[in-house]
Amino acid sequence: MQNISFYIDGRLCTADKGLNLIEAAKRNGIFIPTLCHFKHLNPLGSCRVCSVNLNGNGIAGCTVFVEEGMNIEVNTPELLDNRKAILEMMFVEGNHFCPSCEKSGDCQMQNLGYETGIRYTRFPHLFVDRLVDARPERIVVNQNRCIKCKRCIEEIVTNDGYKVFNFTNKGKKTTVSIDYEQEAKLTAAQAEYAMQICPTGSILVKGKTFSKPFGNRIFDQGAEGKTVPFNKVNMNITKGRKMRIATTSLAGCFGCHMSLLDIDLGILDIIEVVEFHKSPLTDIKKFTERCDIGLVEGGCCNTDNIEVLREFRKNCDVLVSVGECAIWGGVPAIRNTIPLEECLREAYLDSLTSEGNATVIPNHEDIPKILNKVYSNHEVVKIDYHIPGCPPNANHIWSVVKNILFEEEYSINYPEFKYD
Amino acid sequence: MQRTDLLNRLWEFQNKFGFISDIAVAEIAQELKVSKIEIEGVISFYHFFHRQPTGKYIIYLNNSIVSEFKGFQEVKAAFEFETGCTFGKYGQSQLFSLFETSCIGLSDQECTALINFYPVTHLSTDKVRTIVNQLKIGISPNIIANNVASLVQHIPPQNKSVFFKNYSIGNSLKNLKNKSPQFILDELKKVELAGKGGAFFPTAQKWEISKNATNAEKVVICNADEGEPGTFKDKTIIENLPGLIIEGMILAAYVTGATTGFIYLRAEYKYLQSKLENAIIDFYQHNLLGVNCCEIKHFNFDLQLQIGAGAYVCGAETALIESLEGYRGEPRLRVQYPTENGYLGSSTIVNNVETFAKASRIIEFGSDYILSIGTEKSKGTKIICISGDVAKPGIYEIEWGTTLRELLRLSQATAPYFIQSSGPSGDCLNESDFDRKICKEDLLCGGSLMIFNRTRSILQILENYIKFFLDESCGSCTSCRVGNQILLAKIEKLKKGICTTQDLNEIIEWGTIMKKTSRCGLGQFSSNTFIQSISKFENYFNVIVTSCTDNCNVEFDMENAVFDYDQLIKKT
Ligand SMILES: Cc1cc2nc3c(=O)[nH]c(=O)nc-3n(C[C@H](O)[C@H](O)[C@H](O)COP(=O)(O)O)c2cc1C
Ligand code: SF4
Ligand code: SF4
Ligand code: SF4
Repeated sequence: MQNISFYIDGRLCTADKGLNLIEAAKRNGIFIPTLCHFKHLNPLGSCRVCSVNLNGNGIAGCTVFVEEGMNIEVNTPELLDNRKAILEMMFVEGNHFCPSCEKSGDCQMQNLGYETGIRYTRFPHLFVDRLVDARPERIVVNQNRCIKCKRCIEEIVTNDGYKVFNFTNKGKKTTVSIDYEQEAKLTAAQAEYAMQICPTGSILVKGKTFSKPFGNRIFDQGAEGKTVPFNKVNMNITKGRKMRIATTSLAGCFGCHMSLLDIDLGILDIIEVVEFHKSPLTDIKKFTERCDIGLVEGGCCNTDNIEVLREFRKNCDVLVSVGECAIWGGVPAIRNTIPLEECLREAYLDSLTSEGNATVIPNHEDIPKILNKVYSNHEVVKIDYHIPGCPPNANHIWSVVKNILFEEEYSINYPEFKYD
Repeated sequence: MQRTDLLNRLWEFQNKFGFISDIAVAEIAQELKVSKIEIEGVISFYHFFHRQPTGKYIIYLNNSIVSEFKGFQEVKAAFEFETGCTFGKYGQSQLFSLFETSCIGLSDQECTALINFYPVTHLSTDKVRTIVNQLKIGISPNIIANNVASLVQHIPPQNKSVFFKNYSIGNSLKNLKNKSPQFILDELKKVELAGKGGAFFPTAQKWEISKNATNAEKVVICNADEGEPGTFKDKTIIENLPGLIIEGMILAAYVTGATTGFIYLRAEYKYLQSKLENAIIDFYQHNLLGVNCCEIKHFNFDLQLQIGAGAYVCGAETALIESLEGYRGEPRLRVQYPTENGYLGSSTIVNNVETFAKASRIIEFGSDYILSIGTEKSKGTKIICISGDVAKPGIYEIEWGTTLRELLRLSQATAPYFIQSSGPSGDCLNESDFDRKICKEDLLCGGSLMIFNRTRSILQILENYIKFFLDESCGSCTSCRVGNQILLAKIEKLKKGICTTQDLNEIIEWGTIMKKTSRCGLGQFSSNTFIQSISKFENYFNVIVTSCTDNCNVEFDMENAVFDYDQLIKKT
């Protein structure tokens, strides 16, 4: 092997000629994120997360084999953003409800979400109804989470050399399908291997999945972050009065509000510098004064949510979506893949507890109308900031609030950044 | 059975039984010693293969944008009414199955459809009724079929034309044994022949790389998969001058030393299959193909025809090779070029139909003749197919350097407004481009112009394009597979009238990300027209979006959001 030199972001690197760029970069201490790339597999080039520039042209990093004098860009602002965008595309294409996902905390895709700092997805979620396939012998495949990286297609073969997974269809209908006959031949170890190599929670092993959590939540370790003193603030910015906060819970579970209170005695510090206006915490129902910041939990699932949210936008200088439901619909948005009619019929007319013809779908001029789907808040009004998490950690929320109100610098601790 | 026979084998089942059954899948999988899901993967990639029984007559109605503007919806409704079937559904009738399909290369004769792959054109509701009635009483589709040869509307004067001149078999191959491969390459280089499949890659350079390649096998492939909506220039060459294509391929084989050649013909052009096959037979009979062909010792070149099965992306050369090898037509990674590692590991050159045809004309007439025509950088002529809002749609052979205005005049365009050059993956043009010259120095055109007048909705055009791309993406890259879907979501938002200039900026940003991060040309160019149209047709967009600067208000369509609920309450 011939030793060659090349450049990554202007830095001189060396490696064996013909080494895969992802590996070569790693050996020079540079991390290029990937999802489909996998050790000994030939490059798949499907996920596009490792997009880099080679001599000025965009290319998937995993398909580059280093040569003398190559000039590679990895971490330009544009590439960093493109990479983030591709991950966001994966989040909007599938249906990723991390709080209910077995792989959460162990998931490479989720981890890259943290890594790239996705606070919200710039793209609209597609909410396509996808199959959770329990027909195979040993595994369950949850198509909601499959990112079509092809790892399983290339890597999982039976002892006699037959493929278990393959792409079917094309275009937006492209699916990773299972050969049931071949899958039945997998050994327990092979099935578990399939689950391991899947970078998401798409492939799960039956039985194993739900009886005990698997893995050590490898991406989820470290300190939770220190409590920051909340009353030490830059008083120059305080407008000569306490800052005014409003909060509300739309289509949420009040979990984010619980989290708001979860700073224990810290709340005493907080009320030294802020006061709560309209909020479930004060039970003030109407805005009588303009507020400096509004914290919104939950997305919009009915007409009342829309009205309240619009009120908040009108009366708050800064509006923040707190938690996954506010950011993209979250748990209530599980219904978004199912037509409204089906949902309401199932809930009110055809459910086990509803007696034939005795029940109706609630409707009255005094009760809000249910929207055709759950909307994220930024689809309804302009939202200034997003705090991810389900719920976000209390320190995290208040640090952000403090940072916005008192114009302070704050960097989020890795373990505080959560989608679940 | 070899894997490379897979497509033909699947066609056998499809043609014989109208669908490919579970038993067939199992049988093929067993023969190839692969899992069934691999075969399923291939079948479901191509939209002319069916896994459920179809009627005796399968009707594929073209849903391209030109068709939409020429009455697609009415024609579609008429087919459903007359046959009692629904588009896209199986098992509704023994007699009929109806499907939509993307452009079938008859844009000059819309609306059009294929009935068991026989073309019918200029469809109207009346014509549909007649056709369906004929089919019902047992008149066979080949009798109903229309003559679909495109009208050649314009040819340059005799001393300036290249393609549409007299043809007699073997003219470009005369005396080949006294011409060195290098001579052929030099001739092509002199006129700077560039590929006519869209990428304009220098043809001589491609052939030379393959000539110098050390691969044991070399292969020449003619890309006759012409799938770019609105394009039918290759079809016209196959119809009128199939021999030119074959001669071009023989020249290529002579240069590179290839022994095998394929013409990959899209299934939509199946009715041209016999034309090509007869031409091939003719060449064998003239000893211009086969062993020691063209009177050259040890020059052995065999040519066969492969019919595609309905997948636009198979026009991308590496996808085409995958398809020929019997796999899903997913473009390969850009790790090696086909000239290094192509069909079954051979050094393969893939060229477009027009490229081969032009190569043979260059050798036949000599580079001096070609050099006397065209502009400084584009030599000779170009075949342009024109469709849309023009009185004279069809084929135009033009000298490079002709202005767009001249072409609009020749084709008698009526109030031209939005012009699509080189298909949806190409460029959109407006009035300010009319005086541009079609040539490398100015306006490069892949060969198709779709002309839309002022009454046409740009959003409808863009929606049609994006829907085409999101169906035809091979599905491998995230950015292309998802990107086209989110662009469609933007179109839907634009249609609701709740977009701001912020949305337009996002379309440009998102489209640019797709361009930068997709593997092949499909994903790289599918957002092109959308992005371009925003600046080219600023006035149009200004009317349909609210302009705003930094702090845009978000509009929410409450009426639409409660529509479902209101309907349901009314119903229950
Ligand atoms: C999505 C896609 C579709 C394509 N379709 C065609 C086609 O239908 N016909 C064609 O000749 N080239 C097509 N091409 C271009 C081919 O990849 C290739 O560049 C061309 O066949 C080379 O021939 P040329 O050098 O003679 O142009 C397509 C490319 C892409 C990315
Ligand atoms: S943990 Fe991973 S696979 Fe599971 S929902 Fe979250 S991102 Fe998707
Ligand atoms: S199932 Fe998992 S490994 Fe297979 S393609 Fe989907 S995400 Fe990748
Ligand atoms: S850009 Fe689109 S068509 Fe091309 S390889 Fe990627 S997914 Fe397939």
